Amino acid sequence: MPWLDLLLGLTLVVTGGLALGAQDLFRAVIMFIVFGLLMALAWVRLQAPDIALAEAAIGAGLTGVLLLDTLGYLRRPFGSRTDHPGTEE
Amino acid sequence: MTPRTAAAGVLSLGVTAALGWAVLARTLPPENLPERVAAAMPDSGVTHPITAVLLNFRSYDTLLEIAVLLLAVVVALALREAQPDQPEAMGLDNPLLRAVMAWLLPLILIVAGFLLWAGSYQPGGAFQAGAVLAAAGVLLRLAGVRTAWLDNPILMRAGLALGLLTFLAIGLLVMIPGVPFLTYPVEYAGTLILAIEFTLTLSIGLTLISLFRLTPPYADDPDDTRSPGAPRE
Repeated sequence: MPWLDLLLGLTLVVTGGLALGAQDLFRAVIMFIVFGLLMALAWVRLQAPDIALAEAAIGAGLTGVLLLDTLGYLRRPFGSRTDHPGTEE
Repeated sequence: MTPRTAAAGVLSLGVTAALGWAVLARTLPPENLPERVAAAMPDSGVTHPITAVLLNFRSYDTLLEIAVLLLAVVVALALREAQPDQPEAMGLDNPLLRAVMAWLLPLILIVAGFLLWAGSYQPGGAFQAGAVLAAAGVLLRLAGVRTAWLDNPILMRAGLALGLLTFLAIGLLVMIPGVPFLTYPVEYAGTLILAIEFTLTLSIGLTLISLFRLTPPYADDPDDTRSPGAPRE
């Protein structure tokens, strides 16, 4: 299935670029998660199921959750984080 | 194009060219590593070559990896203690999530156990099982379930260090007959690897959970009407 692999590779580059270039952080995080899941698929295609498992679980799943959690923290109401002068919106 | 962008572009192209050259101009003699691993498999104590490499042939690398993970979570713990606000019960007020958790949790634990056990003969192992375990912890926290034992600092730290300590202890104990560090005796290799992987799974799971739990809690502001996806000003 060379055309499928080509499509997968291209989608990886595109989602990677979208994750890096997105203005909206939420969109960037979602793109990162999509990238992680596609990366796991790519590892499967490369016959490396061990890495695919780790990538899906840690790369896409847990890192995505951590990033979303951090995003929620960054979006706290303005008044309640006066202790962080560097994070104004 | 600003000079900085141009400089960054030139630098990136240079790195890409250097990497390409390094790949094309490999001077190492070709060595059939898969064949060597296959030849050594009977002595490894497991039947899956990846696990054999990670936990036996190159277990020193894995040991250092676990040490790095532990170091990372220690730094995160130190940073968290410098934060003024204290951990509090955090969770989405979502009865559905709580109800689903009752079904999901046993399933997740079984999957984690299966991945750990399967690691000896097919893809799986401590890292994957630990990540699945951590997912259970994250869901528990999202559901707002109180986990008192996770808040116990002594238990938590003992759990975090357990994997590395067991790994080190086994690595040192096998030296008694006079063999190098981490050289498992062939007849016990399978058992020792399983013991190491079991404790590693617990520690990796706890490490990932505590990284998640360490982010400072925040209260959802009812006045904040922005949807999660709304662009920020």
